Amino acid sequence: MKFPFFITVAGVLVLSGVIGSAYAEDIMTLRDGIAIDIEPKAPLMPKVENTDEKRVRNYPEQPPTIPHHVRSYEISTNANKCLSCHSRKRTGESQAPMISVTHFMDRDYQVLATVSPRRYFCNQCHVTQADTKPLVENMFIDVEDLLIEGKNN
Amino acid sequence: MTALIRKIWKLVVYVWQNTTRPAKHLSIGFLTLGGFVAGVIFWGGFNTALEVTNTETFCIGCHEMADNVFVELQSTIHYTNRSGVRATCPDCHVPHNWTDKIARKMQASKEVWGKLFGTINTREKFLAHRRRLAGHEWERMKANNSLECRNCHSVTGMDITQQSARAATAHQKFLFTGQKTCIDCHKGIAHELPDMTGVAGWE
Repeated sequence: MKFPFFITVAGVLVLSGVIGSAYAEDIMTLRDGIAIDIEPKAPLMPKVENTDEKRVRNYPEQPPTIPHHVRSYEISTNANKCLSCHSRKRTGESQAPMISVTHFMDRDYQVLATVSPRRYFCNQCHVTQADTKPLVENMFIDVEDLLIEGKNN
Repeated sequence: MTALIRKIWKLVVYVWQNTTRPAKHLSIGFLTLGGFVAGVIFWGGFNTALEVTNTETFCIGCHEMADNVFVELQSTIHYTNRSGVRATCPDCHVPHNWTDKIARKMQASKEVWGKLFGTINTREKFLAHRRRLAGHEWERMKANNSLECRNCHSVTGMDITQQSARAATAHQKFLFTGQKTCIDCHKGIAHELPDMTGVAGWE
């Protein structure tokens, strides 16, 4: 089936309009319904949780979240403040959990003597948490619950 | 040459003879009071000048300080915080005790030399020297048991129940027992760190 050119163009325009407006609505909810050309009042900065208590991981491979403040912690070519407690040699004095052995492997799973450069930037995966209301509904179900549900059905 | 030496010697003898002889025209009262007043003015002037060199404005008068360490300080808790108490350069880098202060000021004459000859007048030069410069401060604070930290943060005033669990444990274990001093663990809290390879506690 062949459409004349102008109909194709019109179709694309209408479709993009529909999709675009749907996206715009999503963005609007995050912006509290304030138009894009108006600067909304900045929300309060939430406080970082500082309880030092381990949190449950949502799935086994999840990088554990940081249960303490990391304000001004330097991670640069010169120094890594996280490793001054969490590195293998420092854990005796700090009693902090040691970085996992996966951090000593390069991308080909070759085990290195020290932290792999690709695992050096801790906050690429590990982040602090704040007690805030979720911006969108979360429908995540823990895999263990799914397994139980599967057995029951 | 000998004529010059003889001339200088004559001048020395002249000054000595005049200072050791009683005053001919000035009364003892004038000399005593005048000496006292001059002393006050000199001492006041000296201390005022000394205090001027103990201000943040004076420190960041040199671009070496303004463009490197001062910029790094600004985002840290010692410069910006919820209660608005601010530690300025001399609060941490100049001892408050008078004799120690004068000793530090005498050491600082080497820094004037560095300024004159541009030892760290570019960012690159500063970074190249950073490990050595930071090392001087770590050594100084290690030697005086982190006195400048303790001018504000006293062990007796520290309520560890208000601290996070890991901070409380660490302070009880290492600080209260005297095993470690503040700077042993809290390096780089106010400025960026140099290359920490080989520094104790950063293995």
